[in-house]
Amino acid sequence: MKTNDVILQTATKVVFFIIFLFSIHIFFAGHFTPGGGFVGGLLTTGAIVLLLLAFDLKTVQNALPFNFMIVTAIGLLLALGTAASSLLFNIPFFTHAFDDVYLPLFGVSALHTAMAFDAGVYLVVVGSTITMIQTIGGDS
Amino acid sequence: MMTFIWISLLLVILSMAALLYRVFRGPSIPDRLVALDAIGVMLISSIALLTVLFDTRFFLEVILLIAIMSFIGTVAFSKFIEKGEIIERDRNS
Repeated sequence: MKTNDVILQTATKVVFFIIFLFSIHIFFAGHFTPGGGFVGGLLTTGAIVLLLLAFDLKTVQNALPFNFMIVTAIGLLLALGTAASSLLFNIPFFTHAFDDVYLPLFGVSALHTAMAFDAGVYLVVVGSTITMIQTIGGDS
Repeated sequence: MMTFIWISLLLVILSMAALLYRVFRGPSIPDRLVALDAIGVMLISSIALLTVLFDTRFFLEVILLIAIMSFIGTVAFSKFIEKGEIIERDRNS
């Protein structure tokens, strides 16, 4: 029997972007307030899981044509590279640098290298959790 | 005003305990599902009351996060009840 889930699919097309924007917000809020790369990555995974629930595995793989294992690898490389690049300047591992920079659209903003590390954590969390869910859901 | 908020927090926690009874002893699966969703609402309202009590803004994002997670969980459970599988490989076949 074919179930009629037009309401779920139509709502998902809107709610996906709301959850994704909230995850971006929580990722950038993580420097001074609760949040960060891990929670942001988990929320992005939640948004993609909602897509998987409303549609199916094949549609989502066509809509997001990434190999999520490579996303995990890029995230690990980014996090470790950020942590190790402080060794090039002869300062301890994981030392973080920051500066106030003038950006065209945002005005004077503080740029931290911890943000790049957090982006690496975000990519690792998204990649590994989506790989797990696709592997479990892909069993026939 | 503070005692009013403490009493309402106590009532919310009591209703959460009553919902836990419905989760454990619910006669049917949809009863348990509705009770779990209502527990999510009760968690949200208790965190909102704690936000008023502690006079802070840091919990507001937690409210949105629990709402999103509770929504996704409820959708997943209801799809499991309806179809028997949560993530389909190909929905048109």
